[in-house]
Amino acid sequence: MTEQARTLTVWNGRVPLRVHVAGAGPAVVFFHGPWGLTWGPFLDALAQQFTVYAPEHPGTTPGDPDAIQHVDHLWDLVLCYDELLEQLRLREVMLAGHSFGAMVACEVAALQPARVKRLALIDPIGLWRDDAPVVNWMLLGPAEMPAHVFHQPDGPAAQAMFAVPAEAEAGALARTRLTWAMGATGKFIWPIPDKGLKKRIHRITAPTLLLWGEHDRLVPRAYAREFADRLKDTRLEVVPGAGHAPHLEQPEATARAVQAFLKA
Amino acid sequence: MKVSAFHLMPHRELPPDFERRYPSVWVTPPWWELADARRVGQYYNWTLDELLYAARAGFDGVCTNEHHQNAYGFMPSPNLMGSVLAKQTNGLDVAIVQMGMTLPTTSPPIRVAEEYGMLDCISGGRLVAGLPLGSPMDVNLAYGITPMEHRERYREAFELVLKAWQAKEIFAWNGKYFQLGQVNLWPRPVQEPHPPIWVPGSGSISTFDFATEHNVCYCFLSYAGARAATTMMDGYWDVVEKKGLERNPYRAGFLQLVAVSETDAQAEADYAKHVEYFYHKCLHVPPQWFAPPGNQDYRSLLAANRNPVRRAEDPKTLRYKYFVEKGYVIAGSPATVKERLTEEVIKRLHVGNLMVLVQIGSMPHELTLKNIDLFAREVLPGLREIWDDKGWENHWWPKSLRGSRQPAGATR
Repeated sequence: MTEQARTLTVWNGRVPLRVHVAGAGPAVVFFHGPWGLTWGPFLDALAQQFTVYAPEHPGTTPGDPDAIQHVDHLWDLVLCYDELLEQLRLREVMLAGHSFGAMVACEVAALQPARVKRLALIDPIGLWRDDAPVVNWMLLGPAEMPAHVFHQPDGPAAQAMFAVPAEAEAGALARTRLTWAMGATGKFIWPIPDKGLKKRIHRITAPTLLLWGEHDRLVPRAYAREFADRLKDTRLEVVPGAGHAPHLEQPEATARAVQAFLKA
Repeated sequence: MKVSAFHLMPHRELPPDFERRYPSVWVTPPWWELADARRVGQYYNWTLDELLYAARAGFDGVCTNEHHQNAYGFMPSPNLMGSVLAKQTNGLDVAIVQMGMTLPTTSPPIRVAEEYGMLDCISGGRLVAGLPLGSPMDVNLAYGITPMEHRERYREAFELVLKAWQAKEIFAWNGKYFQLGQVNLWPRPVQEPHPPIWVPGSGSISTFDFATEHNVCYCFLSYAGARAATTMMDGYWDVVEKKGLERNPYRAGFLQLVAVSETDAQAEADYAKHVEYFYHKCLHVPPQWFAPPGNQDYRSLLAANRNPVRRAEDPKTLRYKYFVEKGYVIAGSPATVKERLTEEVIKRLHVGNLMVLVQIGSMPHELTLKNIDLFAREVLPGLREIWDDKGWENHWWPKSLRGSRQPAGATR
């Protein structure tokens, strides 16, 4: 299955958002994490049963790094996505997200709770505990990063995200894109990813799936409890053999869990 | 030529295995394991005494700077030091060079304008106002400013400070980062329209543009000497010429580590271990912290990734002789130091405002005084007139101090 990309412009003409779309069936919007959008087996599997919309966060779209300069605050970002859902005419939708994208999914759901029917959060950030701090991945060196994001730092998922192409220009672009994606998403969470979701999360009404990589070294599993305590209807599933990005490292198992939950 | 004494106020007694035992000298060094407040009080007083000694010995200016959570430099408020220096140097023709109070970490930034106003009043118009962007370690890591907002916040703060100094009427500031309903600065500086402004940079093209557009003195605060800075400073002068500005050497400042002794051999005996302490321990910082994601704009980041700086040698493996040979430190007899400073630094980089790091790493108080004394008596007089025949005006120095300084002559 090949996804189609289309660009919709929000924020009074200032922010073009590229959205990858594939599949058929009920609508699921997937918000990617801090390292940019990877369309791979996980989203392919979801698109077997749903119409998947995967927007790229402002600034992370190749060729348009400066879109992020028009989005100053988390509030701006949430309203950009609100406008996007309106333009896509998604009045009833399911939301999924990974890491930073899961935080965005929560914020969008908290803005208009009635619009969101189900919510799937993969290793979400957005809350804070002093006794279990979320690791700031933006301060990790390139040698430390793969082992913090993935259970298998040399596995294919880590290679796909972090391997730098040998050809010089492609390598420079890949490194730049990865760093800039962290910067553009990091704009909304620096230096601590607690930006008030705790005050808004009670508004969410959708049943929520919490998926955690068994070996997440960035966001301790203590946060599953924090989300569960604040949401009305949650279910926790742990994905074995995965770190902070189970949808990339264990795409089949993660897709099965998400599909089963969204279809229920 | 104007020559100022620069001080970082380092921890002078870090343990020998510091760089193996701890991940960084900056942001994370554990105070309770490494420092003692009474001993640190001694460091602060030594620092002040050393700078005052330099002022009396004939240096044209004394420089302090701001860092946070940093064992190699912990003057989180350089203006506390600057106010002591301003008071104690009244009557001397010495500039108080604040290099300086960091704009993006000061909120609201009119605090910078106010404190610099105070320093200019206390010193009778001898302030040089450094307006630094601040390092990512200070601004993003220690003070929590979002990397992607760092430079934009700086530019807004810069404009606000300039306006606050000069506005004749009370004004409202409705900025993106700062909103102030009625700005009416007390006190205003003595120097009109405002004190000379120096902007420290680390070679990014956007700072060259900023410095030339605002007609400030661009200062490269380097720990790697003039050779490593040549391409960068040439790039700065290219921008100056492209903008149709004069190649006035006073438009540029440069920081150089200097260690003077009676002979080259004696310099090695005196200073080798302190220089190695500086490069092995004081510069021990994870490299990625210098550029957290978003701190560089996309184009600068891509340019850097296209032309990665050839991985510089790891200074922890290098020794004194290397640092001297490569010019990281200019060390030796007065004649050696004068010759190398003149040719490699001042003339090669075309610099009119030289800053000299007179206290390096673990260098103890008495040895620091020796370094200052020898430099002031036997090196400085030979540098003073370097640019005089060209007739350049140092617009970036307090007007009342632009003439050649007559050293009062210090006694130890």
